[in-house]
Amino acid sequence: MKSSDVIIQTTTKVVFFIIFLFAIHIFFAGHYTPGGGFVGGLLTASAIVLLLLAFDIRTVRKALPFNYTVIIAIGLLLALGTAAASILFNVPFFTHAYDYFNLPLFGETSLHSAMLFDLGVYLVVVGATMNIILSIGSDD
Amino acid sequence: MISVLLLFAPVAAALFVPFLASRLRGIHTGWFVLAVPVLLFIYYMGFLPQVKDGGVHIGELSWIPSYGISLTSYIDGLSLMFSLLITGIGALVVLYSIFYLDKAKERLGNFYVYLLMFMTAMLGVVQSDNMIALYGFWELTSISSFLLIGYWYTRDRSRFGALKSMMITVFGGLMMLGGFVLLYLMGGTFSVRELVSMAPELAEHSLFTWALVLVLLGAFTKSAQFPFYIWLPDAMEAPTPVSAYLHSATMVKAGLYLVARFTPIFAASEIWVWLVTSVGVLTLFWGSFFAVKQTDLKGILAFSTVSQLGLIMSLLGASAAAFHVEGAAETMFKYAGFAAIFHLVNHAAFKGSLFMVAGIVDHETGTRDIRKLGGLMALMPVTFTIALIGSLSMAGLPPFGGFLSKELFLTGMLSLGELDLFAPASWGTVLLVVAWIASVFTFIYSFYFVFRTFTGKHKPDLLPKSAHEAPAGMLISPALLGLIVVAIFFVPNFVGDWIVKPAVAAVQPFMYGSPADVDVHVAAWHGHITPELMMTIGIVIAGLVLYWLLPKWQGAYRIFPEYLTLNRLYDSTMIFAETGMNRLSRSYMNGLIRSYLIYMFAGIVIIVLGSMVVKDAFAVSFEGTAPIGPIEIGLLAVLVASVVTTLIARKRLTAILALGAAGYVVALLFVIFKAPDLALTQLVIETVSVALYLLAFYHLPKLSRHDEKRKFRVGNAIIAAGVGLMMALLAMSASSQKALPSISQFYKDTVYSEAGGGNIVNVILVDYRGFDTLFEIAVLSIAAIGILGMIKLRLSRKGDQHEKQ
Repeated sequence: MKSSDVIIQTTTKVVFFIIFLFAIHIFFAGHYTPGGGFVGGLLTASAIVLLLLAFDIRTVRKALPFNYTVIIAIGLLLALGTAAASILFNVPFFTHAYDYFNLPLFGETSLHSAMLFDLGVYLVVVGATMNIILSIGSDD
Repeated sequence: MISVLLLFAPVAAALFVPFLASRLRGIHTGWFVLAVPVLLFIYYMGFLPQVKDGGVHIGELSWIPSYGISLTSYIDGLSLMFSLLITGIGALVVLYSIFYLDKAKERLGNFYVYLLMFMTAMLGVVQSDNMIALYGFWELTSISSFLLIGYWYTRDRSRFGALKSMMITVFGGLMMLGGFVLLYLMGGTFSVRELVSMAPELAEHSLFTWALVLVLLGAFTKSAQFPFYIWLPDAMEAPTPVSAYLHSATMVKAGLYLVARFTPIFAASEIWVWLVTSVGVLTLFWGSFFAVKQTDLKGILAFSTVSQLGLIMSLLGASAAAFHVEGAAETMFKYAGFAAIFHLVNHAAFKGSLFMVAGIVDHETGTRDIRKLGGLMALMPVTFTIALIGSLSMAGLPPFGGFLSKELFLTGMLSLGELDLFAPASWGTVLLVVAWIASVFTFIYSFYFVFRTFTGKHKPDLLPKSAHEAPAGMLISPALLGLIVVAIFFVPNFVGDWIVKPAVAAVQPFMYGSPADVDVHVAAWHGHITPELMMTIGIVIAGLVLYWLLPKWQGAYRIFPEYLTLNRLYDSTMIFAETGMNRLSRSYMNGLIRSYLIYMFAGIVIIVLGSMVVKDAFAVSFEGTAPIGPIEIGLLAVLVASVVTTLIARKRLTAILALGAAGYVVALLFVIFKAPDLALTQLVIETVSVALYLLAFYHLPKLSRHDEKRKFRVGNAIIAAGVGLMMALLAMSASSQKALPSISQFYKDTVYSEAGGGNIVNVILVDYRGFDTLFEIAVLSIAAIGILGMIKLRLSRKGDQHEKQ
């Protein structure tokens, strides 16, 4: 995919960050308001897809030099690890833990082990989507 | 507890092997590995005093308590003897392998990982009291044996041998599992100990014989009994240390262990006694008879192992016979059980040393073909001495351990002649005669093995390398085993008291309360001429005459037609299975995704609609549904329009865009029904998948569905309509049924108090139904990696042509 559309490229440079930040917001907010790791991951992937459409694969590879297969692996390990960690505390597999903390800057914040699991989901979704799109897109 | 964890010590050690093998290339990895069996051997030695007095050690680690499955370390006489064999011979084999396997050329990491894996598996087999754990370890021995036989995986014969051993032993393992399940159904427990205690009730059960036959199938395949022995000769493609360890001293004895362990349960059955004894004697004869035919040193040893395993098997059968004799502990029936265990120890020692000798000869001359060898006595005097000790012990001559166990074996066989059970008394006599003939052949192949290799004319021009004595390190292990063989002859009762009698007491609890009750005294000379001694003299004379005449009659083996062998049967079964299954699969797997989709959708429609009709499960009720407003109607009209456009579009691009439109309309519907999570996800999914379609667009084949035959299109239309009807009915039934209360209220009540969240949808994903999500992301990962693999594989095949299948 070769493109030299100035308007879309300039817009993308701004919009990409907006989508990306929104994705992160949605990811963190997911436990209380609509969102979560799955949607957050998909949104992040769609932001990268937008980059792909505006620029070409080589530029995107250079800008975001991630190995998405490794990201999948990290995500899966994180999710499985969160689920399995409960065994160490002698509670059944997949028991989540949460509590409320007073953090500087944030005020009272809920910290939940489900967030770690959700981060795993997020990483797997981003990794898998980008892996599929990149491997099909670069195959010519 | 500690003893259970120690079962896994070898595997735990194996975790470090790859690092040692790659980082410390200067030091042979074997030196590190050696510590594992040596330390375990010392640890198990510590149990000897306790077990000698009839004590047992039980370590238990709960695994799946709800199913009564646990990991156990049950150390009694029998399992202790086996554990000592596994770790003792294991240590010697590792030591030998250090000199046998070149550290520069071989992939030592793989070798020692497999070997340590095997060690854990084998220790697990002999110490597990729980039958499910026993089965797991049992299959693990098959797998590690498969990996070790196929260690030189570039050789065709290695891969063939590995597969063959795997097919046969895993088949047996599955049969054995069936037997275990039947035992569980009968006794209600997976514990062998508890089953032994309820043996009399089990014998009355109608499934008893089935369980017996299935367990025996497992034992016979593993211990290479007739007709399953065919895998063992092919397993000789493994490196020689492996043959010495797995395929003579330990793994093939797992079947014997199984028979010994289950003797207290099954001895009540005449079928057990006669099946085990007859198969054993037949294998003893068959193996010894065909050993003389072989020209490969390891081939001779393989058939000899088959034969000796048969010998021990027959003795175990005879020891079960003692169950049916009144006061067996005072009669000659007491000898069979002792002889079985005693010979098992003897055999491990002398056969281990002989395999190592065969390895040395192979290593130092470059060939194992007995026709090319000869006259090595002068060149390899130490090796010759060890080989002579091993062979004469195998032949049953004094002053070696084998003489004593051969005498005891003959006593055990003589006792069968006295047995009047189930079969006519003459059957015992037949077995005795066959056993005697087999012993003659054993004598012949023992001589054939050692004297053809080491005496006669040296043929240096036939050898790939010029022969010379092996390095000292390689000789240590076989020499130690040779020493043990001699030592057993001089102190048989010491070995008997410490090792054999506790094991016998475990095999025949119906006769002995403790090891001290086993009243067997082994002696080389009984003070008078016994029938056993006369039979031995007969064996020696007949053996010597026949060995002398061997060149005259060895050609007789060629008379046997090749196409009638069991190997041929195995080969043709495998070929039939492969081509037959291939043809069957190809008949419906035609490589077109649309065919597969037809199978899937048609299958789902038939199953769901069929069961709806059969169960009369239609439930349509519009009670309590929300009113339908103009916005919904408008959106649905757009949805229908875009789907129809997708169907009739001439260009693929139009179809893709129309499909995307349908997706966005669905997202809008979600918005209207106040499901922001779903709407958000649907929107992003739609965006990403339209982008993906556009990417894939370029690669799609230039097929047009509008060119398809009418019949194909009508068929597809019917299936598509069926799927639509099914989904509509399902959705209506789901919203109409009120039989079960909705779970939503539970979620509403607990989302904050129990799960600490506010968004039910997300909490369902990460907490309530977190398992689903975990598996879903696993599937997603597999799909992504699969797509990556398929595309990259295709690219590389297009790219470089030299990469061959």
